[in-house]
Amino acid sequence: MFNFSIVTGWIHQLLTGFLPEWTAILIESVLVALAIITLYAVFAIVLIYMERKVCAFFQCRLGPNRVGKWGTLQVFCDVFKMLTKEIITMRNTDLLLHNLAPFLVVTASMLTFACLPWNAGAQIIDFNVGVFFLLAASSIGVVGILLAGWSSNNKYSLIGAMRSGAQIISYELSIGMTMLTMICLTGTMSISGICEDQAANGWNIVRGHVPAVIAFIIYLIAGNAECNRGPFDLPESESELTAGYHTEYSGMHFGFYYLAEYLNLFITAGIATTIFLGGWAPLHIVGLSALNGVMDMIPGFVWFVGKTFFVVFLLMWLRWTFPRLRIDQILSLEWKYLVPISMVNLVLMALCVAFGLHF
Amino acid sequence: MTHNKYLRNHRLTEEAPAPEAPKAAAPAGPAPKDAAPAAPARNACEPRTVAPDALRAELEALRAQGYDFLECLTGIDEEADGLGVIYHLCNTQTGSRTVLKATAEGRENPILPTASDLWDIANIYEREVYDFYGVKFAGHPDMRRIFMREDWVGYPFRKDDKTEENNPLRMDNEPLSDTTTQYNADGTTETHTIFGKDDYVVNIGPQHPSTHGVLHFRVALEGETIRKIDPVLGYIHRGIEKISEQLTYPQTLALTDRMDYLGAMQSRHALCMCIEQAMGVEVSDRVQVIRTIMDELQRIDSHILFFSCLCQDLGATTAFLYGFRDREKILDIFEETCGGRLILNYNTIGGVMADLHPNFQKRVKEFIPYMRRNLEEYFDIFCNNVIAHNRLDGVGVLSKEQCISFGCTGGTGRASGWHNDVRKLRPYAAYDRVTFNEAIRTEGDSYARLMIRMDEIRESLSIIEQLIDNIPEGPYQEKMKPIIKVPEGTYYSSVEASRGEFGVLLVSKGDKNPYRLHYRSTGLPLVAVMDTACRGNMLADLISIGGTVDYVVPDIDR
Amino acid sequence: MKEEKNYFQGLFAGIKTLCVGLKTTMRELFTAKITEQYPENRDTLTMFDRFRGSLVMPHNEQNEHKCIGCGLCQTACPNGTISIKTQMVETEDGKKKKQLVEYEYNLGCCMFCQLCTRVCPQGAITFDQTFENAVFDRTKLVKVLNRPGSKCEEKKRPAAAKPAAAQPNPTTQPQ
Repeated sequence: MFNFSIVTGWIHQLLTGFLPEWTAILIESVLVALAIITLYAVFAIVLIYMERKVCAFFQCRLGPNRVGKWGTLQVFCDVFKMLTKEIITMRNTDLLLHNLAPFLVVTASMLTFACLPWNAGAQIIDFNVGVFFLLAASSIGVVGILLAGWSSNNKYSLIGAMRSGAQIISYELSIGMTMLTMICLTGTMSISGICEDQAANGWNIVRGHVPAVIAFIIYLIAGNAECNRGPFDLPESESELTAGYHTEYSGMHFGFYYLAEYLNLFITAGIATTIFLGGWAPLHIVGLSALNGVMDMIPGFVWFVGKTFFVVFLLMWLRWTFPRLRIDQILSLEWKYLVPISMVNLVLMALCVAFGLHF
Repeated sequence: MTHNKYLRNHRLTEEAPAPEAPKAAAPAGPAPKDAAPAAPARNACEPRTVAPDALRAELEALRAQGYDFLECLTGIDEEADGLGVIYHLCNTQTGSRTVLKATAEGRENPILPTASDLWDIANIYEREVYDFYGVKFAGHPDMRRIFMREDWVGYPFRKDDKTEENNPLRMDNEPLSDTTTQYNADGTTETHTIFGKDDYVVNIGPQHPSTHGVLHFRVALEGETIRKIDPVLGYIHRGIEKISEQLTYPQTLALTDRMDYLGAMQSRHALCMCIEQAMGVEVSDRVQVIRTIMDELQRIDSHILFFSCLCQDLGATTAFLYGFRDREKILDIFEETCGGRLILNYNTIGGVMADLHPNFQKRVKEFIPYMRRNLEEYFDIFCNNVIAHNRLDGVGVLSKEQCISFGCTGGTGRASGWHNDVRKLRPYAAYDRVTFNEAIRTEGDSYARLMIRMDEIRESLSIIEQLIDNIPEGPYQEKMKPIIKVPEGTYYSSVEASRGEFGVLLVSKGDKNPYRLHYRSTGLPLVAVMDTACRGNMLADLISIGGTVDYVVPDIDR
Repeated sequence: MKEEKNYFQGLFAGIKTLCVGLKTTMRELFTAKITEQYPENRDTLTMFDRFRGSLVMPHNEQNEHKCIGCGLCQTACPNGTISIKTQMVETEDGKKKKQLVEYEYNLGCCMFCQLCTRVCPQGAITFDQTFENAVFDRTKLVKVLNRPGSKCEEKKRPAAAKPAAAQPNPTTQPQ
């Protein structure tokens, strides 16, 4: 497998060759930031296009097909439109918070985005409690949502934000619990460590069999709720609250929410890939060394993105099939079903690990 | 006047070969043949006049006798005689009906006793009469205008109202009062509060994705729980009833399609039937069968849309589009025969606009199995879904008594166990020659309301199946006189429209245009019941209850 | 115990219905799509022949229409969509005859109720199937239906019917 740290190491050496170390690191940081922002934008565009097409095909429609071949340029046009739109502010809004909120949301989502392991050695934020950091960073988003709802001076926004707060904070629990389950299996909290472990010992979902599968399903449900997507999209449920917490946003401020929503989808899927589906680890089947060899030829980046998009598709499939839940039902689903099940599951996994019942 | 002369002369030429045409086409004054039919028309309903003082006692007595369903409450301007109100009452146990009329004296301060404590629906009906005719109902707790702006001057349905003179285009926002007035019989007034200072009032509408049109609910919330709903109506009121008073009978037909656009066939059927029966015209069997099939297709169309919109409201966008996919087939069938998809323009007085298209039977026969198959898909994707069950089970329960008192006919009433299907109670068109079940459920919740519609799609398919191969031969249009005049009298006809009993009350003075034409809106009772149905439920339930009682706004704002 | 049973039964039954839903959408993912690609299918797109696009007055090759200017359609219209200008001309045999000058039709306020076409004694007007009626200025929706220089078709009809056709003219004149 190709290890991306060769490239990063080479750049670092090159820069430190003629620059003082701090300048080199500064330049590297800028390069990395540019890379994140570019990737972020590119994936957002891909995801929006994918969502519109997938949704259309589920609904017996064709989806966007006017701009560019198969409507490929549609999203670019939408982004341009959004960029050119005026950012309006309502009377009696808390201007500072109102303008701050979208940035908080987007920052949180970028920070989480930076934790994803793209390839062996190609990880931006990586340290020994990576999973903790990831959970913490992703929780900042909810502050942005609450602020948006509060500062908009709009009753729909406020209700939407309150729902969102209740929902995200609740579902954080199951997410944490499922992650804990998997950490229990891998024995490390470092994201790169989790991936390397899976590359060496096989994907977690296979290794951990029953408890891992249960954890995976719970994670998908909770992750879907975390990104406020259907059937848990009631913070913005357009048929009740028109657009929920971002009702009063326009132009690129709205665009940030939109971007963050799609990137959160990608991040949720990416994390699922990382901790359940082996991250960048290629598909290996024990005993088929020829196949494994071929699989190794495919770069880890492709593996990671491919698996992530598979999970994204699963989430889209869920979203476009089910009706929306009600706030009390969302909470009872979490507290009556997901939390108890994931707790039992954690114990189950602990037993499996303790008695060596995993692969 | 000149136009009429034109009309006569040219009809004369057109129908020259027919020997009786000249005679029929030269009516001098009132139509000679129809002026005094031997027997009263089938749908004649001459109201019993009650003195205003005795009205309250009479209404109370009738209510005690079991007249629990106030079908219709209609204002009428009797010019010199004063402002009248016609009450259509029905005993849902025995099926007997009675019609009362009371006339308030004077035009300055006409006052009649309220019936709003006897029948819940009278509350909103009396507000309508107050709004349009200025009749004050003594003891009514909420005597506000309902359709017009609160600062409107005059009462637009009065014959002598100077509507445009008194109401120049206003450039200011519409005021929405938080208080309301009660007028008492002794001349005193009381003020009631609708929303207090501490109420957290959220506006659902007038521009809102799930009010299914330009409807405005002011909702007082306690957290997410609904405390009170106050519907604000009239954003798209067009005064169709008033406009119709200036139109000839054939011209009034064109407006019925624009009320309940998902019951266009049935509304128009009701008006045509009312006029035909009043004139003593019998339409051919072929027309009766065609009308029945079309009504049922329309019902399927409406119920598919009901399903679709409910799914959309509950966030199941995919199911929404599946519904639209299938509805398209019906619209194609409509378009091929009627030339329109939504505004069908098909029934005429004495028949239908054009004969069935040669492809009609083929298309309908293809559609029936197709729809049956796709109905299963609706159950797979939505109706049987656990989330749908959770969202709809036990939400917005209406008891049978509430439904009757609020006059919630149609699927909403039948979901609460009220047998109110006009097709069964008073069969019209070809409904007496087909077998079908009246869909009835007893739960009265939103899920039952959804299931009623699903059941009715099946029943409608079966009705169409029974008729489609047995369309009798015959003319598709009876020969009518060039100028249609309805003999003097009061007539009421009703049909089972897509969402309840759609009634037409026609008061004729023997002219070529109606003196008063009132439509019993199917949607108005459904909006009136929203407050009762939603209280104590959550905001998200407002959407599902609103979706399942299934109102259509142009039908409310006639 | 019963409660626990309900809990798990409910859970599994719920999951089952969700799976049925997922199966349904997955099946639809591969069915034929129903979108009509409108501007592309313009050539093959035919409207039903009863579709009411806009009111037209068919002319024959000699630029003749059938309208006799009787004004019945104008009277029948509930919206005042049609306005007709006529003039009196003297025919060769010395009779005065009404002739259509301009048949103005406002598509913008037409509600396609078909009363005009039904009342027309000559079958001179009909609805066509055009539907691309969007314009930038609503004055463009006011159309003159009779073509410039067109005239009323002289009916070749059996002698018996002729008096009937000729009759209205004298009676309408006094107005």
